[in-house]
Amino acid sequence: MSERADELLPLPEATFHILIALADADRHGYGIIQDVAAATAGALRLSAGTLYRSVQRMLEQGLIVETRDRPAPELDDERRRYYRITPFGASVARAEARRLFQLVRLARASGLAPGKA
Amino acid sequence: MRLYRALLHVYPASFRAEYGDEMCAIFAEKRREATGRLGAILVWLEALADVAVSALRAHADLFRQDLAFTTRTLRRSPGFALTAMGVAALGVGAATAAFSITDHVLFRRLPFAFPERLVKLDQEQLARGYGHMELSPGNYRDWKALSHSFEAMGAYRTRAYNLGGDGEPERVEASAVTVEVLEILGVRPLAGRVFGPQDDAPGAPDTVVLGYGLWQGRFGGEAGVLGRTVLLDGNPAVVIGVMPPAFHFPNRDAEVWSALRFGPSDYDDRSDTYIHGIARLRPDVTLAQARAEMRGVAAQLERAFPEANARTGAAVFHFRDDLAPQARLLPLALLGAAGCVLLIACTNLTSLLLARAMVRRKELAVRAALGAGRDRLVRQLLTESVLLALGGGALGVLLAAGAVPVLARLVPNSLPIAETPAMDLRFVACALALTTAAGIGFGVLPAFRAGGQAGVGGLQEGGRGGVGGRREHVRSALVVAEVTASVVLLVCCGLLLRALWRVQGVDPGFRTDGVLTVRTALPLPRYGRVAAREQFYARVLSDVRALPGVADAAYISYLPMAMRGGVWPVILPGVADDPGTRPLASLRFVTPGFFSALGIPLRAGRDVRESDTREAPPVAVVSESMVRRYWPGQDPIGRQFQFGLALRTVVGVVGDVRVRGLERTSEPQVYLSSKQVQDNSIIGYTPQDLVIRAQGDPMRLVPAIREAVRHADPQQPVSGVRLLSDIVAGETAPRRVQVRVLAAFAATALALAAVGLHGLLSFAVSSRVQEIGVRIALGARASHILGMVLRDALAMAAMGVGLGLALAYAAGRSMEALLAGVHPGDAVTLLGAVGLSVAMTLAGSLVPALRAVGVDPLTAMRVE
Repeated sequence: MSERADELLPLPEATFHILIALADADRHGYGIIQDVAAATAGALRLSAGTLYRSVQRMLEQGLIVETRDRPAPELDDERRRYYRITPFGASVARAEARRLFQLVRLARASGLAPGKA
Repeated sequence: MRLYRALLHVYPASFRAEYGDEMCAIFAEKRREATGRLGAILVWLEALADVAVSALRAHADLFRQDLAFTTRTLRRSPGFALTAMGVAALGVGAATAAFSITDHVLFRRLPFAFPERLVKLDQEQLARGYGHMELSPGNYRDWKALSHSFEAMGAYRTRAYNLGGDGEPERVEASAVTVEVLEILGVRPLAGRVFGPQDDAPGAPDTVVLGYGLWQGRFGGEAGVLGRTVLLDGNPAVVIGVMPPAFHFPNRDAEVWSALRFGPSDYDDRSDTYIHGIARLRPDVTLAQARAEMRGVAAQLERAFPEANARTGAAVFHFRDDLAPQARLLPLALLGAAGCVLLIACTNLTSLLLARAMVRRKELAVRAALGAGRDRLVRQLLTESVLLALGGGALGVLLAAGAVPVLARLVPNSLPIAETPAMDLRFVACALALTTAAGIGFGVLPAFRAGGQAGVGGLQEGGRGGVGGRREHVRSALVVAEVTASVVLLVCCGLLLRALWRVQGVDPGFRTDGVLTVRTALPLPRYGRVAAREQFYARVLSDVRALPGVADAAYISYLPMAMRGGVWPVILPGVADDPGTRPLASLRFVTPGFFSALGIPLRAGRDVRESDTREAPPVAVVSESMVRRYWPGQDPIGRQFQFGLALRTVVGVVGDVRVRGLERTSEPQVYLSSKQVQDNSIIGYTPQDLVIRAQGDPMRLVPAIREAVRHADPQQPVSGVRLLSDIVAGETAPRRVQVRVLAAFAATALALAAVGLHGLLSFAVSSRVQEIGVRIALGARASHILGMVLRDALAMAAMGVGLGLALAYAAGRSMEALLAGVHPGDAVTLLGAVGLSVAMTLAGSLVPALRAVGVDPLTAMRVE
């Protein structure tokens, strides 16, 4: 497990999106795909292979865990596995967001992006 | 859905087991959401693309992990890693080196244009037992005119010239070729041109093409050499071209190519055979068709010239196949030896990894318990073995690169190829293939064993691998394989050694101690007349005989073994004569004193004398086998026979000499007086080898001998300064190389096998420690324990020896041509090999056996 969040930066795009999707709620695989697609207005559609390769690596890195908490039985499909962001995952996501934010600030300062520097 | 699930098998099994169900669920959702046929197709296309990309990445992820893990674990046990890589390096190195030599000698395409259509043409007289004989210019001309199978046909002969002009005269090996030959070979000259029709025009100046080595050596690689005139045997010839360094023809020795031309008179005597034919088959003609056609042509010529062409056929064969059976067999033997070394190396690696997997079984069991599937463990162990193999393979390539130039001494120089094969991609590809195969081969068994049992018994305290029946079988099989391979190598090496001793023990028929030989090849036409030659011999011999310490000196046409052929038909008066089966005898012209100089015993009569001139009746000194053959039980002195263009009278009988070398039967020998021949007749047999018997080191005489030759003729080069003992030693030189090479392989194999056996048996003992402890506690004596361990070892060795002997006998049978008459079942050799293998087994098992005896029952049982 990585000691420091910075070592994992910059995050692969899919990883960052998955962390964002899990930030507000535990989700199963298909839920993540749908959430990412909705958040990006369909621009990023994760494939199943990409999703689970990312999930596998993120589990190993300790960014997410599989959770035993299941939704109400009538909503549940027992084949599904639910994932939850860890505190470490949250701090990595925050670090990545900070990194991106600083990049945008730099871009603004040099007039490459809209908004105030 | 089932299709999609099947598709998921592209992923690593661990990944599939973990996420397969969910991926199927997602796929099902997507199918549900997709509308229409087009939607379904899109979902499928997306799934296919996804699987292709992400499965590859998932494999790469695992590989990276395994690689990192393996590097970590190997770094923790450098001893194991180095041993394993060293063993792999020996196996891969030996096999790669042997492969590149074999490929070079037997299989690689000759470096000529259309090599597969390049054929050689020779005369054959199978009735007399001659498969490949030289061709006469007359037959060559008619073969060329009457055949239709060939695009082009040319002729060549090997010869040697005294090369003069600027600088010291020097003796060079050469080949005289007709204008077609270099054209057929299709090699572009490095500079200038090759022979063309203009060189054959009447009155055209003599021309010559130089080899790269000679151009560099004698002419300093100057471009200005083109157009210069050099002297070949005193005749001027213009340099028209230089060949590239890799060009060799017809063998590795030729450095100069001169134009071979035939005058009308050259075609007359069809019994004068001294050239070879070379041709390129038409693209649509097979070798068999060409052979059939040439059979007809030869038969037609036999009818036209019943005397000279009696029972003479045409031999047509691929130029690649112009190899003696020994030369063909040797690379294969080498390959076999390397195969044995590789087998032993792989066996050792298997046992090393097996033992390591056993030691690590707890670690593996822990990982299995933590959720690593069997396939993950197998995969990781395989990564380790392949990584070790690759490391070993890289070392092995270095080893092979070092070994190839040494092994290259086995490459016969009768082939138009370089001595050392080029280290090209094939070489590396071979090493890589061997390495990967070995890595997977020796890794797979331990990996499956370890992976298979990791989950169950591994975690149990005291869970012990090694006593189970199947594992014991595997280990026994490994021991048997090691012993088998080393017995095969030992027997083959022993057989070759016996053959070497046998050949070395053959009496050449003359004494070599203190005999120096020097060649002064007299050039034509200057020395075409007998009187001119005799004057040269007389001057040289009288100067040389006057040197201090010289006991005898004489001239002969060709020294035995230095020139093996040179035979002439014998016709006895009053005996029915069949030109096709005339017996042959070796013909040599000598000056008086030759027999005493070489210590060849005079059995009856006398030596040739100074008075045996053209005015006196032609005389002959014959060897004992000649007498046995023609005048058994009679007095041969005074008998007459037709030989060397005259009726000769026997005046003396001498001992037989191994003219054709130590390993072949020689024709009877006939020695004629160097004076009793017509001018410009039988010119190929002009005496040219000077032999000197002297007290002390004869090499100290060399400057004085050179001076004597210069005194007789300042233009005459001296070549081939050698001790006669070196010429005879040269007879066995290839055998000594063979034995040394095979002995190196056998020693490597034996050492590897001993180490491997030690490892296997140590492991067997340590896995039986508890059992042994119980036995000792129950009162078994030390001798019993010792006997038990040794008995097991010997039982395995016995199986290996039995199998090895059977295989070795088969191998010996297939290399009988190399054995000089030593029987493949030679008892001494077999016993020696068996003894050595048993000794090796005992040595390997002694330490483990002693350790078994020393087992303390209390400690052993407390391990439980």
